[in-house]
Amino acid sequence: MKISISVNGGAQEHDVEPRTLLVQYLREDCGLTGTKVGCDTSSCGACTVLFEGESVKSCTMLAAQADGGSVTTIEGLAAADGTLHPVQQAFHDKHGLQCGYCTAGMVMAAVGFLDENPTPSERDVREGLEGNLCRCTGYHNIVEAVLAAAETGAVSGGSK
Amino acid sequence: MIPAAFEYVRAGSADEAIAAIAEHGEDAKFLAGGMSLLPLMKLRLATPTVLVDVARVRDLSYITDAGDHIAIGALTRHRDVETSTLLAQECGVVASVAAQVGDNQVRHRGTIGGSVAHGDAASDLPAALVALDATFVLRSGSGERTIGASDFFTGFLETALNADELLTEIRVPKAGASGFNFQKFNRRAQDWAIVGAVVATVDGAKRVGLVNMGNTPLRATAVEAALASGASIADAALSAADGCEPPTDLNASVEYREHLARVLVRRALEASA
Repeated sequence: MKISISVNGGAQEHDVEPRTLLVQYLREDCGLTGTKVGCDTSSCGACTVLFEGESVKSCTMLAAQADGGSVTTIEGLAAADGTLHPVQQAFHDKHGLQCGYCTAGMVMAAVGFLDENPTPSERDVREGLEGNLCRCTGYHNIVEAVLAAAETGAVSGGSK
Repeated sequence: MIPAAFEYVRAGSADEAIAAIAEHGEDAKFLAGGMSLLPLMKLRLATPTVLVDVARVRDLSYITDAGDHIAIGALTRHRDVETSTLLAQECGVVASVAAQVGDNQVRHRGTIGGSVAHGDAASDLPAALVALDATFVLRSGSGERTIGASDFFTGFLETALNADELLTEIRVPKAGASGFNFQKFNRRAQDWAIVGAVVATVDGAKRVGLVNMGNTPLRATAVEAALASGASIADAALSAADGCEPPTDLNASVEYREHLARVLVRRALEASA
Protein backbone atom coordinates (compact mmCIF):
# COMPACT_ATOMS: atom_id res chain seq x y z
CA MET A 1 0.00 0.00 0.00
CA LYS A 2 1.12 3.55 -0.68
CA ILE A 3 1.64 5.70 2.38
CA SER A 4 2.64 9.30 2.77
CA ILE A 5 4.09 10.55 6.03
CA SER A 6 5.69 13.86 6.94
CA VAL A 7 8.95 12.81 8.59
CA ASN A 8 10.93 15.59 10.24
CA GLY A 9 9.02 18.08 8.15
CA GLY A 10 9.72 16.45 4.77
CA ALA A 11 7.23 14.41 2.75
CA GLN A 12 8.05 10.70 2.51
CA GLU A 13 6.08 8.48 0.15
CA HIS A 14 6.66 4.75 -0.05
CA ASP A 15 4.91 1.58 -1.10
CA VAL A 16 4.97 -0.70 1.93
CA GLU A 17 3.45 -3.94 3.13
CA PRO A 18 0.65 -3.27 5.64
CA ARG A 19 2.59 -5.20 8.29
CA THR A 20 5.57 -2.82 8.09
CA LEU A 21 6.28 -1.42 11.54
CA LEU A 22 6.85 2.30 11.84
CA VAL A 23 10.37 1.77 13.19
CA GLN A 24 11.21 -0.50 10.29
CA TYR A 25 9.78 2.07 7.87
CA LEU A 26 11.84 4.88 9.38
CA ARG A 27 15.06 2.89 9.39
CA GLU A 28 14.75 0.92 6.17
CA ASP A 29 12.56 3.00 3.86
CA CYS A 30 13.48 6.49 5.07
CA GLY A 31 17.09 5.60 5.94
CA LEU A 32 16.78 7.26 9.34
CA THR A 33 18.67 4.89 11.61
CA GLY A 34 18.81 7.18 14.64
CA THR A 35 15.70 5.45 15.96
CA LYS A 36 16.76 2.17 17.56
CA VAL A 37 15.08 -1.18 17.92
CA GLY A 38 15.66 -2.34 21.47
CA CYS A 39 13.36 -4.92 23.03
CA ASP A 40 10.95 -5.00 20.08
CA THR A 41 8.12 -5.63 22.56
CA SER A 42 7.13 -2.05 23.49
CA SER A 43 8.84 -2.30 26.86
CA CYS A 44 12.13 -0.41 26.50
CA GLY A 45 11.25 2.76 24.63
CA ALA A 46 14.44 2.85 22.53
CA CYS A 47 12.25 3.23 19.43
CA THR A 48 10.34 6.24 20.77
CA VAL A 49 9.47 8.89 18.19
CA LEU A 50 6.89 11.67 18.14
CA PHE A 51 3.70 11.05 16.17
CA GLU A 52 1.61 14.20 15.83
CA GLY A 53 3.83 15.68 18.53
CA GLU A 54 3.25 12.88 21.07
CA SER A 55 5.66 10.15 22.09
CA VAL A 56 4.91 6.68 20.73
CA LYS A 57 6.80 3.40 20.53
CA SER A 58 7.47 2.93 16.83
CA CYS A 59 8.02 -0.84 17.21
CA THR A 60 4.36 -1.19 18.16
CA MET A 61 2.78 0.97 15.52
CA LEU A 62 2.25 0.18 11.87
CA ALA A 63 3.64 2.58 9.30
CA ALA A 64 0.14 2.40 7.81
CA GLN A 65 -1.27 3.85 11.03
CA ALA A 66 0.94 6.91 10.58
CA ASP A 67 -0.18 7.45 6.99
CA GLY A 68 -1.09 11.08 6.46
CA GLY A 69 0.40 12.14 9.78
CA SER A 70 3.64 13.67 10.96
CA VAL A 71 6.55 11.92 12.65
CA THR A 72 9.56 13.46 14.34
CA THR A 73 12.67 11.36 14.93
CA ILE A 74 15.93 12.18 16.69
CA GLU A 75 17.29 13.39 13.32
CA GLY A 76 14.59 16.06 13.23
CA LEU A 77 15.40 17.80 16.50
CA ALA A 78 18.52 19.84 15.82
CA ALA A 79 18.29 23.06 13.80
CA ALA A 80 19.48 23.12 10.19
CA ASP A 81 22.72 24.84 11.27
CA GLY A 82 23.45 22.00 13.70
CA THR A 83 22.34 23.80 16.85
CA LEU A 84 21.13 21.08 19.19
CA HIS A 85 17.58 20.98 20.52
CA PRO A 86 17.53 22.11 24.18
CA VAL A 87 16.93 18.53 25.33
CA GLN A 88 19.83 17.23 23.25
CA GLN A 89 22.05 19.99 24.59
CA ALA A 90 21.02 19.18 28.14
CA PHE A 91 21.83 15.47 27.64
CA HIS A 92 25.24 16.59 26.34
CA ASP A 93 25.84 19.02 29.21
CA LYS A 94 24.74 16.63 31.93
CA HIS A 95 26.26 13.53 30.33
CA GLY A 96 22.84 11.92 30.21
CA LEU A 97 24.06 8.74 28.57
CA GLN A 98 26.45 5.87 28.98
CA CYS A 99 26.45 3.39 26.09
CA GLY A 100 24.02 5.59 24.18
CA TYR A 101 21.68 2.91 22.86
CA CYS A 102 18.63 4.21 24.72
CA THR A 103 19.53 7.85 24.11
CA ALA A 104 17.51 8.60 21.00
CA GLY A 105 14.41 7.13 22.61
CA MET A 106 15.10 8.87 25.91
CA VAL A 107 15.52 12.23 24.20
CA MET A 108 12.36 11.82 22.15
CA ALA A 109 10.36 10.66 25.18
CA ALA A 110 11.73 13.64 27.12
CA VAL A 111 10.82 16.10 24.36
CA GLY A 112 7.28 14.73 24.26
CA PHE A 113 7.03 14.70 28.03
CA LEU A 114 8.26 18.29 28.48
CA ASP A 115 5.80 19.46 25.86
CA GLU A 116 3.03 18.10 28.10
CA ASN A 117 4.64 19.12 31.38
CA PRO A 118 7.12 22.01 30.89
CA THR A 119 7.76 22.50 34.63
CA PRO A 120 8.15 19.00 36.06
CA SER A 121 9.41 17.90 39.46
CA GLU A 122 12.10 15.22 39.61
CA ARG A 123 9.39 12.67 40.40
CA ASP A 124 7.37 13.83 37.40
CA VAL A 125 10.41 13.26 35.19
CA ARG A 126 11.00 9.77 36.56
CA GLU A 127 7.35 8.86 36.04
CA GLY A 128 7.26 10.59 32.67
CA LEU A 129 10.16 8.46 31.45
CA GLU A 130 8.93 5.19 32.95
CA GLY A 131 8.43 3.80 29.46
CA ASN A 132 12.14 4.06 28.68
CA LEU A 133 14.75 1.68 30.01
CA CYS A 134 18.48 2.42 30.28
CA ARG A 135 20.32 -0.90 30.33
CA CYS A 136 23.34 0.90 31.83
CA THR A 137 21.05 2.15 34.64
CA GLY A 138 22.26 5.66 33.88
CA TYR A 139 19.04 7.24 35.01
CA HIS A 140 20.50 9.80 37.39
CA ASN A 141 22.09 12.00 34.75
CA ILE A 142 19.21 11.45 32.35
CA VAL A 143 16.80 12.86 34.91
CA GLU A 144 19.25 15.70 35.61
CA ALA A 145 19.36 16.45 31.89
CA VAL A 146 15.58 16.56 31.52
CA LEU A 147 15.29 18.87 34.54
CA ALA A 148 18.03 21.09 33.10
CA ALA A 149 16.24 21.21 29.75
CA ALA A 150 13.03 22.22 31.51
CA GLU A 151 14.87 25.06 33.23
CA THR A 152 15.88 26.54 29.89
CA GLY A 153 12.19 27.17 29.25
CA ALA A 154 12.66 26.32 25.57
CA VAL A 155 11.26 22.83 25.36
CA SER A 156 8.21 22.82 23.11
CA GLY A 157 7.72 19.60 21.17
CA GLY A 158 9.55 18.98 17.92
CA SER A 159 6.55 18.83 15.64
CA LYS A 160 4.09 21.07 17.41
CA MET B 1 9.56 -9.37 14.98
CA ILE B 2 7.16 -8.75 12.14
CA PRO B 3 3.48 -9.77 12.13
CA ALA B 4 2.19 -12.31 9.63
CA ALA B 5 0.89 -10.68 6.48
CA PHE B 6 -2.61 -9.23 6.54
CA GLU B 7 -4.86 -6.99 4.51
CA TYR B 8 -5.27 -3.47 5.95
CA VAL B 9 -8.57 -1.62 5.76
CA ARG B 10 -8.97 1.84 7.29
CA ALA B 11 -12.43 2.81 8.49
CA GLY B 12 -13.46 6.45 8.69
CA SER B 13 -16.63 5.88 10.69
CA ALA B 14 -18.21 3.27 12.96
CA ASP B 15 -20.59 2.25 10.18
CA GLU B 16 -17.71 1.76 7.75
CA ALA B 17 -15.87 -0.33 10.33
CA ILE B 18 -18.89 -2.55 11.01
CA ALA B 19 -19.51 -3.02 7.28
CA ALA B 20 -15.85 -3.95 6.74
CA ILE B 21 -15.79 -6.51 9.55
CA ALA B 22 -19.05 -8.04 8.27
CA GLU B 23 -17.56 -8.33 4.80
CA HIS B 24 -14.34 -10.00 5.91
CA GLY B 25 -15.71 -12.42 8.49
CA GLU B 26 -14.22 -14.18 11.48
CA ASP B 27 -10.55 -13.79 10.56
CA ALA B 28 -10.81 -10.01 10.55
CA LYS B 29 -10.01 -7.98 13.67
CA PHE B 30 -10.54 -4.38 14.64
CA LEU B 31 -7.31 -2.46 15.26
CA ALA B 32 -7.62 0.51 17.62
CA GLY B 33 -4.45 1.79 19.29
CA GLY B 34 -2.81 -1.58 18.75
CA MET B 35 -1.13 -1.66 22.15
CA SER B 36 -2.44 -5.16 22.88
CA LEU B 37 -3.10 -6.58 19.43
CA LEU B 38 0.14 -5.63 17.68
CA PRO B 39 2.41 -7.30 20.29
CA LEU B 40 0.31 -10.48 19.96
CA MET B 41 0.60 -10.29 16.18
CA LYS B 42 4.36 -9.75 16.33
CA LEU B 43 4.65 -12.88 18.46
CA ARG B 44 2.34 -14.62 15.94
CA LEU B 45 -0.04 -15.44 18.77
CA ALA B 46 -2.68 -13.62 16.75
CA THR B 47 -2.79 -13.91 12.96
CA PRO B 48 -5.80 -12.02 11.64
CA THR B 49 -5.97 -11.98 7.86
CA VAL B 50 -7.65 -8.57 7.76
CA LEU B 51 -7.17 -5.61 10.10
CA VAL B 52 -9.89 -2.99 10.14
CA ASP B 53 -8.17 0.11 11.54
CA VAL B 54 -10.68 2.09 13.60
CA ALA B 55 -8.18 4.44 15.25
CA ARG B 56 -9.37 7.33 13.11
CA VAL B 57 -13.04 6.89 13.85
CA ARG B 58 -13.15 10.21 15.63
CA ASP B 59 -16.89 10.05 16.31
CA LEU B 60 -16.10 7.33 18.88
CA SER B 61 -13.66 9.53 20.82
CA TYR B 62 -15.56 11.55 23.40
CA ILE B 63 -16.34 11.88 27.09
CA THR B 64 -19.77 13.36 27.75
CA ASP B 65 -22.19 13.88 30.60
CA ALA B 66 -25.25 11.79 29.72
CA GLY B 67 -27.32 12.79 32.72
CA ASP B 68 -27.33 9.74 34.98
CA HIS B 69 -23.94 8.49 33.73
CA ILE B 70 -20.79 9.50 31.92
CA ALA B 71 -20.46 8.17 28.37
CA ILE B 72 -16.97 7.42 27.09
CA GLY B 73 -16.47 6.71 23.39
CA ALA B 74 -14.68 3.40 22.92
CA LEU B 75 -11.88 4.97 20.90
CA THR B 76 -11.02 7.56 23.53
CA ARG B 77 -7.31 7.23 24.23
CA HIS B 78 -6.02 6.52 27.73
CA ARG B 79 -4.30 9.90 27.63
CA ASP B 80 -7.63 11.65 27.04
CA VAL B 81 -9.34 9.63 29.78
CA GLU B 82 -6.47 10.40 32.15
CA THR B 83 -6.64 14.15 31.57
CA SER B 84 -10.44 14.56 31.33
CA THR B 85 -11.68 17.19 33.77
CA LEU B 86 -15.22 15.84 33.40
CA LEU B 87 -14.11 12.37 34.48
CA ALA B 88 -11.95 13.78 37.28
CA GLN B 89 -15.06 15.44 38.62
CA GLU B 90 -17.72 12.82 37.94
CA CYS B 91 -15.88 9.48 37.97
CA GLY B 92 -12.34 10.14 39.13
CA VAL B 93 -11.49 6.48 39.55
CA VAL B 94 -11.54 5.89 35.79
CA ALA B 95 -9.20 8.81 35.09
CA SER B 96 -6.92 7.72 37.91
CA VAL B 97 -6.68 4.13 36.72
CA ALA B 98 -6.16 5.22 33.10
CA ALA B 99 -3.20 7.32 34.28
CA GLN B 100 -1.48 4.12 35.45
CA VAL B 101 -1.94 2.08 32.29
CA GLY B 102 1.40 1.24 30.67
CA ASP B 103 3.50 4.37 30.16
CA ASN B 104 3.13 7.73 28.37
CA GLN B 105 3.82 6.23 24.96
CA VAL B 106 1.25 3.49 25.47
CA ARG B 107 -1.35 5.93 26.77
CA HIS B 108 -0.89 8.13 23.69
CA ARG B 109 -2.01 5.24 21.46
CA GLY B 110 -4.07 2.84 23.55
CA THR B 111 -7.84 3.27 23.88
CA ILE B 112 -10.28 2.39 26.64
CA GLY B 113 -12.37 0.36 24.22
CA GLY B 114 -9.35 -1.53 22.94
CA SER B 115 -8.42 -2.43 26.49
CA VAL B 116 -11.95 -3.63 27.23
CA ALA B 117 -12.36 -5.57 23.98
CA HIS B 118 -8.99 -7.29 24.47
CA GLY B 119 -10.44 -8.73 27.69
CA ASP B 120 -7.18 -9.22 29.58
CA ALA B 121 -7.67 -9.90 33.30
CA ALA B 122 -4.22 -8.36 33.87
CA SER B 123 -5.30 -4.99 32.41
CA ASP B 124 -6.17 -2.17 34.79
CA LEU B 125 -9.27 -0.56 33.29
CA PRO B 126 -11.41 -3.70 32.93
CA ALA B 127 -11.21 -4.34 36.69
CA ALA B 128 -12.18 -0.74 37.42
CA LEU B 129 -15.12 -1.00 35.01
CA VAL B 130 -16.26 -4.28 36.59
CA ALA B 131 -16.08 -2.66 40.02
CA LEU B 132 -18.16 0.26 38.76
CA ASP B 133 -20.67 -2.09 37.12
CA ALA B 134 -20.14 -0.16 33.88
CA THR B 135 -22.28 -0.79 30.84
CA PHE B 136 -20.84 -1.44 27.39
CA VAL B 137 -22.58 -0.61 24.12
CA LEU B 138 -21.96 -3.09 21.30
CA ARG B 139 -22.99 -2.33 17.73
CA SER B 140 -23.28 -4.53 14.66
CA GLY B 141 -25.00 -4.30 11.30
CA SER B 142 -28.16 -5.65 12.91
CA GLY B 143 -28.34 -3.08 15.68
CA GLU B 144 -27.10 -2.16 19.10
CA ARG B 145 -27.17 -3.92 22.47
CA THR B 146 -25.90 -3.11 25.94
CA ILE B 147 -24.24 -5.49 28.39
CA GLY B 148 -22.97 -5.16 31.95
CA ALA B 149 -19.22 -5.34 32.54
CA SER B 150 -19.47 -8.48 34.68
CA ASP B 151 -21.32 -10.33 31.92
CA PHE B 152 -19.00 -9.03 29.21
CA PHE B 153 -15.80 -10.69 30.39
CA THR B 154 -16.41 -14.41 29.88
CA GLY B 155 -12.99 -16.09 30.09
CA PHE B 156 -9.26 -15.85 29.42
CA LEU B 157 -9.02 -13.15 26.72
CA GLU B 158 -12.64 -13.95 25.91
CA THR B 159 -15.55 -11.53 25.88
CA ALA B 160 -19.21 -11.48 24.90
CA LEU B 161 -18.35 -9.50 21.74
CA ASN B 162 -19.51 -11.28 18.62
CA ALA B 163 -17.14 -11.29 15.66
CA ASP B 164 -19.27 -8.74 13.82
CA GLU B 165 -19.70 -6.37 16.77
CA LEU B 166 -17.84 -3.17 17.56
CA LEU B 167 -17.66 -1.89 21.13
CA THR B 168 -18.74 1.74 20.74
CA GLU B 169 -19.29 3.19 24.21
CA ILE B 170 -18.51 2.65 27.88
CA ARG B 171 -21.00 4.03 30.40
CA VAL B 172 -19.81 4.63 33.94
CA PRO B 173 -21.82 5.82 36.95
CA LYS B 174 -21.27 9.24 38.48
CA ALA B 175 -19.09 7.96 41.28
CA GLY B 176 -17.66 11.38 42.04
CA ALA B 177 -14.27 12.97 42.47
CA SER B 178 -13.17 11.09 45.60
CA GLY B 179 -13.58 7.86 47.55
CA PHE B 180 -11.44 5.79 45.21
CA ASN B 181 -7.96 4.32 45.07
CA PHE B 182 -5.95 2.01 42.81
CA GLN B 183 -3.15 -0.13 44.13
CA LYS B 184 -1.03 -1.63 41.36
CA PHE B 185 1.74 -4.01 42.30
CA ASN B 186 4.46 -4.66 39.74
CA ARG B 187 8.22 -4.94 39.54
CA ARG B 188 9.00 -2.56 36.68
CA ALA B 189 7.17 0.72 36.28
CA GLN B 190 5.35 0.04 33.03
CA ASP B 191 4.57 -3.65 33.57
CA TRP B 192 1.15 -5.20 33.94
CA ALA B 193 -0.01 -5.54 37.51
CA ILE B 194 1.07 -8.77 39.18
CA VAL B 195 -2.05 -8.03 41.21
CA GLY B 196 -4.08 -4.83 41.34
CA ALA B 197 -6.92 -3.66 43.56
CA VAL B 198 -9.25 -0.83 42.67
CA VAL B 199 -11.76 0.67 45.07
CA ALA B 200 -14.55 3.06 44.14
CA THR B 201 -17.50 4.46 46.04
CA VAL B 202 -20.86 4.30 44.25
CA ASP B 203 -23.97 5.60 46.00
CA GLY B 204 -22.14 5.50 49.32
CA ALA B 205 -21.10 1.82 49.00
CA LYS B 206 -17.57 0.55 48.43
CA ARG B 207 -16.91 -1.39 45.25
CA VAL B 208 -13.78 -3.49 44.90
CA GLY B 209 -12.24 -4.72 41.65
CA LEU B 210 -9.32 -7.10 41.25
CA VAL B 211 -6.70 -7.14 38.50
CA ASN B 212 -5.02 -10.41 37.53
CA MET B 213 -6.69 -12.60 40.13
CA GLY B 214 -8.40 -14.96 37.69
CA ASN B 215 -9.28 -15.51 34.04
CA THR B 216 -11.37 -12.35 33.99
CA PRO B 217 -11.35 -9.03 35.83
CA LEU B 218 -13.18 -9.67 39.10
CA ARG B 219 -15.24 -7.95 41.73
CA ALA B 220 -14.35 -8.83 45.32
CA THR B 221 -17.97 -9.36 46.34
CA ALA B 222 -17.07 -10.97 49.68
CA VAL B 223 -15.16 -7.83 50.68
CA GLU B 224 -18.03 -5.58 49.59
CA ALA B 225 -20.54 -7.69 51.55
CA ALA B 226 -18.35 -7.68 54.65
CA LEU B 227 -18.04 -3.90 54.53
CA ALA B 228 -21.77 -3.50 53.98
CA SER B 229 -22.45 -5.57 57.09
CA GLY B 230 -20.17 -3.36 59.16
CA ALA B 231 -16.84 -5.22 59.15
CA SER B 232 -13.65 -3.20 59.62
CA ILE B 233 -11.44 -2.59 56.61
CA ALA B 234 -8.80 -4.94 58.01
CA ASP B 235 -11.31 -7.75 58.51
CA ALA B 236 -13.12 -7.21 55.21
CA ALA B 237 -9.85 -7.25 53.26
CA LEU B 238 -9.12 -10.76 54.52
CA SER B 239 -11.82 -11.99 52.11
CA ALA B 240 -10.16 -10.36 49.08
CA ALA B 241 -8.99 -13.61 47.50
CA ASP B 242 -12.12 -15.63 48.32
CA GLY B 243 -13.34 -17.53 45.30
CA CYS B 244 -10.42 -16.35 43.15
CA GLU B 245 -8.36 -18.72 41.04
CA PRO B 246 -5.34 -16.55 40.24
CA PRO B 247 -2.67 -17.64 37.77
CA THR B 248 0.78 -18.91 38.67
CA ASP B 249 3.63 -17.54 36.58
CA LEU B 250 7.24 -16.49 36.91
CA ASN B 251 6.19 -13.35 38.78
CA ALA B 252 4.05 -14.88 41.48
CA SER B 253 2.56 -18.10 42.82
CA VAL B 254 -1.13 -18.55 43.60
CA GLU B 255 -0.45 -18.10 47.32
CA TYR B 256 1.56 -14.93 46.76
CA ARG B 257 -1.17 -13.43 44.58
CA GLU B 258 -3.77 -14.24 47.23
CA HIS B 259 -1.61 -12.51 49.81
CA LEU B 260 -1.15 -9.50 47.53
CA ALA B 261 -4.89 -9.25 46.95
CA ARG B 262 -5.57 -9.10 50.69
CA VAL B 263 -2.86 -6.49 51.29
CA LEU B 264 -3.66 -4.34 48.26
CA VAL B 265 -7.40 -4.35 48.92
CA ARG B 266 -6.76 -3.26 52.49
CA ARG B 267 -4.46 -0.46 51.34
CA ALA B 268 -6.91 0.67 48.65
CA LEU B 269 -9.79 0.70 51.13
CA GLU B 270 -7.75 2.65 53.66
CA ALA B 271 -6.63 5.17 51.05
CA SER B 272 -10.16 5.63 49.74
CA ALA B 273 -11.84 5.96 53.13
